[in-house]
Amino acid sequence: MTSLAWLIPAALFLGGLGLAAFMWSLKSRQFEDLDGAAWRALDDAPPRERSTVRAADRTS
Amino acid sequence: MGEALKRVTSTPTDAATNDAGPAIDTVVLAVPSMHCGLCIAHVERSLQELPGVLDARANLSTRRVRITYERGRVEPDDFKTALDKRGFETTELGDASEPAHAAEARDLLQRLAVAGFAAMNVMLLSVSVWSGGASGDMDHAMRTLFHWLSAGIALPAVAYAGQPFFRSAARGLRARQLNMDVPISLGVILATGMSLIQTIRGQEHVFFDAAVMLLAFLLLGRYLDQTMRTRAAGAAANLLRVRAPTATLIALDGTTTRVPVEALGAGQCVIVAAGERQPADGIVVSGTSAADESVLTGETLPRTLTPGTAVHAGTINLLAPLTVRVTAPHDKSLIAEIAQLMTAAEQHRGHYVRLADRAAKLYAPAVHVLGFLTLSGWLLAGQGWEQALLAAIAVLIITCPCALALAVPAVQVAASSRLFENGVLVKAPDGLERLAEIDTVVFDKTGTLTMGEPQLVNSGEISDDDLALAASLAQQSRHPYSRAIVAAAKARGLSVPARHRVVEQPGLGLEDIHDERRVRLGSRAWTGGPDSSAAGQDTAVWLAEGDRRPVLFRFEDALRPDARETVARLRQAGFAVELLSGDREEAVARAADATGIRAAYSARDPAQKIAHLEDLKSAGRKALMVGDGLNDAPALAAAHASLSPATAADISQTASDAVFQTRSVAAVTDLLATSRAAQRLAVQNFWIAIVYNLLFVPLAMAGLVTPLIAALAMSFSSITVVANALRLKKRNLRLEK
Repeated sequence: MTSLAWLIPAALFLGGLGLAAFMWSLKSRQFEDLDGAAWRALDDAPPRERSTVRAADRTS
Repeated sequence: MGEALKRVTSTPTDAATNDAGPAIDTVVLAVPSMHCGLCIAHVERSLQELPGVLDARANLSTRRVRITYERGRVEPDDFKTALDKRGFETTELGDASEPAHAAEARDLLQRLAVAGFAAMNVMLLSVSVWSGGASGDMDHAMRTLFHWLSAGIALPAVAYAGQPFFRSAARGLRARQLNMDVPISLGVILATGMSLIQTIRGQEHVFFDAAVMLLAFLLLGRYLDQTMRTRAAGAAANLLRVRAPTATLIALDGTTTRVPVEALGAGQCVIVAAGERQPADGIVVSGTSAADESVLTGETLPRTLTPGTAVHAGTINLLAPLTVRVTAPHDKSLIAEIAQLMTAAEQHRGHYVRLADRAAKLYAPAVHVLGFLTLSGWLLAGQGWEQALLAAIAVLIITCPCALALAVPAVQVAASSRLFENGVLVKAPDGLERLAEIDTVVFDKTGTLTMGEPQLVNSGEISDDDLALAASLAQQSRHPYSRAIVAAAKARGLSVPARHRVVEQPGLGLEDIHDERRVRLGSRAWTGGPDSSAAGQDTAVWLAEGDRRPVLFRFEDALRPDARETVARLRQAGFAVELLSGDREEAVARAADATGIRAAYSARDPAQKIAHLEDLKSAGRKALMVGDGLNDAPALAAAHASLSPATAADISQTASDAVFQTRSVAAVTDLLATSRAAQRLAVQNFWIAIVYNLLFVPLAMAGLVTPLIAALAMSFSSITVVANALRLKKRNLRLEK
């Protein structure tokens, strides 16, 4: 029965980790464009420069 | 045009806006034709290449692109030009902020995630308690520990995930109404509170699992409902075209300025370029052109404009620039009057009570009465209040309209995604339910039963050479007939020679004055066509080349593909079909004849159309209005349900419950068949939920429902209801009344 003492907290922690990951992906708008993400993986062009990305982040 | 665009200025946290640095703005454009990965790359690159653009991010799901840019270095008009060059048509959406319903959907998803997490973990503990109780090897201390753990997970989850229901219930109670959220909130709060007391006292039965699972299922229903609405509203907004928000005003000193149309007053003069929409009602002062007034009258043939003729706001100036003296300010124009008529008609239609709300009206009081009877019954039987309260809570949990709350949204999501795949967008939340009650279909003619653009009908009588010659002139013009000739030449695969010296004579036709032999394409009198009334003068043009006998080109506004078949299928299924048009009598009679509609009404203005629909309503008929023009908008709002093509005027699309994007009008039968099937399934779902209740409520009243039975009953009823709704996606639907 002592195994419960750490099994239950471990289960809750892992579940909580999943929940936190989901919340994070929701907040960072990863669910807004499910169709586009599939296509972007096929884009061979180099990623945009970091400075433009940062400038955009500031405004959103 | 740039000054009329609404922009969202960046947040004040951005230091650049406060200092002398460039101001950063965000704008959202709809790009409906974006549909693959290559399109994303094209759209984003062509925008990022512009100087001053900081970021451009395309969203393929919503077909929109969000652009962050430095104001002053680049303007929104430049984005449109850049995308136009790449062949992407764009629509300005103005407000870059997230629409309220999208934010709400995200909020619901977040609460659903919390409720789902809590439900899974509490269930894990509950299953242990149940199996431990059954096998008898779980002692009292361990069970209490598990109950405390469940309480620790369930209490915060209920407090967070239950908020939408608690708030709605509070709103309902303040308005002295029992909505479905009242028994839900009561059940959840009582179950959680009672379970907490039971846990403190170390008792056997706690309902934490039922409370959180209930919330998870209910939130799923809400979330489905909300996403469906968000998607439909977003797609519908993308379809709306931009109106002419500004006009070129001639000032007293002769200079011109762009001003918003709202600022125009009677007596001022404006310049209207060829291809532009008229900014206001007025009278032509100088210039000769033709007007496309189909948006107002439903009449496809252009009207000749000469000095002295009246023009209306919203109509298109086709051929040449005009100077127009404004006769009525913006809010007194014909369009504004039609908009007022529409608002009035909408109010007159009144509030439609949805199926779920009607069910809630009967259901909510019944649940409360049952709960109260159980409580008083047990108290009268001499049992303690604790036993009585437990039984009453069990009744509330069992009857909690979990399946009921999923019954309608699950069906509607299945129905609208089925329709979405077929090119029909359902916009109104209660649209499907109203569509299911329709027994009469009223069609507008122009742009609805017909394509709304003339097509060459006697192309069999015209030789390839003549058609190519006519097309070489016609490709220089925007006139609907010219476009029809070019389309006919393209359809035959003819190569059309280029001409550079074509002159368009407004009201007469096209002429190449530099050719050695004079070539003219235009009206009979101008080209010297033979005088025969049979040719139908206003629906024909003649091609004259040198001394040769002029060649006749006849046009007709062609019917949409399978218009006749659709009407036949509607009638076969028992629907009454009518034609209600603003067009001339002979044109309407011809269309009625071609489609097989017997009840045809012609030359009706917007007010008369409303009156006709009111007559149908007072005769007890439920009419579906299918129309596209501005003149149909009030009728669309007044009808029991309404549908318009994606080519319709903005105001009509706004007024209608659904929009179809297909060329074929068969969308009508599709829509009616699906909405009817959806309604049948929704009612079936209600019956399933009721049968579950009939089975379990007596058990609950007798105090025999353990937490295990409550959990099983709830999950099974919800899953059955969702599975039943999904049948809609698979089935081959037949329209029947």
